[in-house]
Amino acid sequence: MRAISVVAFGVFRDSIRDRIAYGLVFFAVMLIAASILLAQLTAGQDVKIIKDLGLAASSVIGVFIAIFFGIGLVTKEVERRSIYSLLSKPVTRSQFVVGKYLGLALTLLINLAMMAVALYAVLAYFDWTATPGLRASWEAPALDPRMLTAFGLIGVELMLITATALFFSTFSSPFLSVALTAGVYVIGHFSEDLKHIDTIVKSPALAGVARGVYYIMPNLASLDIKSEVVHGQSVAALHMVSASATSGLFIALLVLGATIVFSRRDLK
Amino acid sequence: MTGRPRTTSRTWFALVFLAVAAVASQVVAEGAIQRETVGPTVDWIQSPQLMRRLALSFDTLLADVYWIRSVQYYGDTKLSNEKKKEYDRLFPLLDMTTTLDPRFNIAYRFGAILLSEGYPNGAGNTKQAIALLEKAINEMPEKWQYLHDAGFVEYWWNKDPSAAAKWLLRAADVPGSPSWLRPVAAGMLAEGGDERTARALWTELEATAEHDWLRQAARRGLMQLDAEAVIAQLQPIVNKFHDTTGRFPASWQEMVGARLLPGIPLDPSGRWPYTLDPASGAIDVDRESPVFPLRRSGKMPTLAQ
Repeated sequence: MRAISVVAFGVFRDSIRDRIAYGLVFFAVMLIAASILLAQLTAGQDVKIIKDLGLAASSVIGVFIAIFFGIGLVTKEVERRSIYSLLSKPVTRSQFVVGKYLGLALTLLINLAMMAVALYAVLAYFDWTATPGLRASWEAPALDPRMLTAFGLIGVELMLITATALFFSTFSSPFLSVALTAGVYVIGHFSEDLKHIDTIVKSPALAGVARGVYYIMPNLASLDIKSEVVHGQSVAALHMVSASATSGLFIALLVLGATIVFSRRDLK
Repeated sequence: MTGRPRTTSRTWFALVFLAVAAVASQVVAEGAIQRETVGPTVDWIQSPQLMRRLALSFDTLLADVYWIRSVQYYGDTKLSNEKKKEYDRLFPLLDMTTTLDPRFNIAYRFGAILLSEGYPNGAGNTKQAIALLEKAINEMPEKWQYLHDAGFVEYWWNKDPSAAAKWLLRAADVPGSPSWLRPVAAGMLAEGGDERTARALWTELEATAEHDWLRQAARRGLMQLDAEAVIAQLQPIVNKFHDTTGRFPASWQEMVGARLLPGIPLDPSGRWPYTLDPASGAIDVDRESPVFPLRRSGKMPTLAQ
């Protein structure tokens, strides 16, 4: 356990020193702040648009970091050959992979928390300056705590994407890993279409394959509750728990798969 | 020598100079460059369902973008100097907005107003307005407001009190809907629609609208009713002038000079005099007035009719 935490802390330390990650988070925070200006163009839909933009920026920047940093977790160490000195220490390959994953997951969660704070700060300013009449027209309060549930599931999605990127990077090139992870992300958001493809295709075989892919691929659409939260609708606790638990199982599967592949990999 | 090279004062000066020169050049060039007219905007993706899939999990953000585009398109068209204003892209834009975000309340309600508003201030397309509201009703059957708005379009723009009453009775059946819906519907069915019913509808909308834009639209509707009432009072006076002189007055000043009016009548916006056609004696509001166009019932007692 200690070995894992040492590796994880190392990743976390490197990530927060990384100027690109800093830049991306800074960009997201600026985008959220700039949404105040954008909201002026929207015919009274200011709070909705600030929330939409804030949640979308947090999600897309997080996915970007998860994919590109997730792929580099193992690949960079192998390319730099620093893996040899790392593995000469009392760290197993499995501990190395798990530690790397946890380090980036921690970084992502902290980045996400920063973006959430930025969004709430912008909304607090808006709430403070709004007239009672304007406030009454909002579907949900500006500082609606339900937005935290959306941030929570974005966090789960980012951890799942990181695990996917890490898994692919243990056996394929960086470019292919990016393509495969992006593919999982896209298919994950098409899952409802895959499930109901029998309504548009006549072939039972194709419908069966699509349904199989639906169950094999992580259902990322179930982690997307941005629309519900922005419109002030409550999301059932059962939905939150089942979507998070299923994603947790996929994460465990992918990280375990990554440790197995990496343990068998010939690094000479 | 090792270490970082120092930035000299000359370099700083050059940096500031270039920054100032670039901005100044841009300001000067702005007036000099004659842009070619850009062709009509093309919506490359016209299927809302396809767009919803392509948006992945960012469909509501994309809906915001399409809502901004809808409002800008409406505003640009309304304010354009074109003789024939085309609002043909308004419904596709609103349809895209509400498919991407099916609970986008204001896009349905205000969109229906923009679509049904009389041409040239709006698209004047009540079918599309009702279609947009039906989409909202399917998506959120628990909200009576969309049924009320559909009834309003039928009553105010289509002048069909019986169709309007059906919508209002459906709205009255929605749990939590206000109690005034049923009497207003009954009034429509009994009287075939009159000014009092229309005024009651606008007044309730002004009182219950959750958004400033809707309240402003309601206030405008009330002003249009006021204008129609004033025109109904002015028309007999103009007709009286005709009966006396054998011709219609050339202007309001002539009416004032004949002591038939105390002053030039202004429409409810308070800025624009009513227009008077010397050939037919028909009275209307000015095309530049915010209350233009009126929902003319065709019952105005002009001699030309």
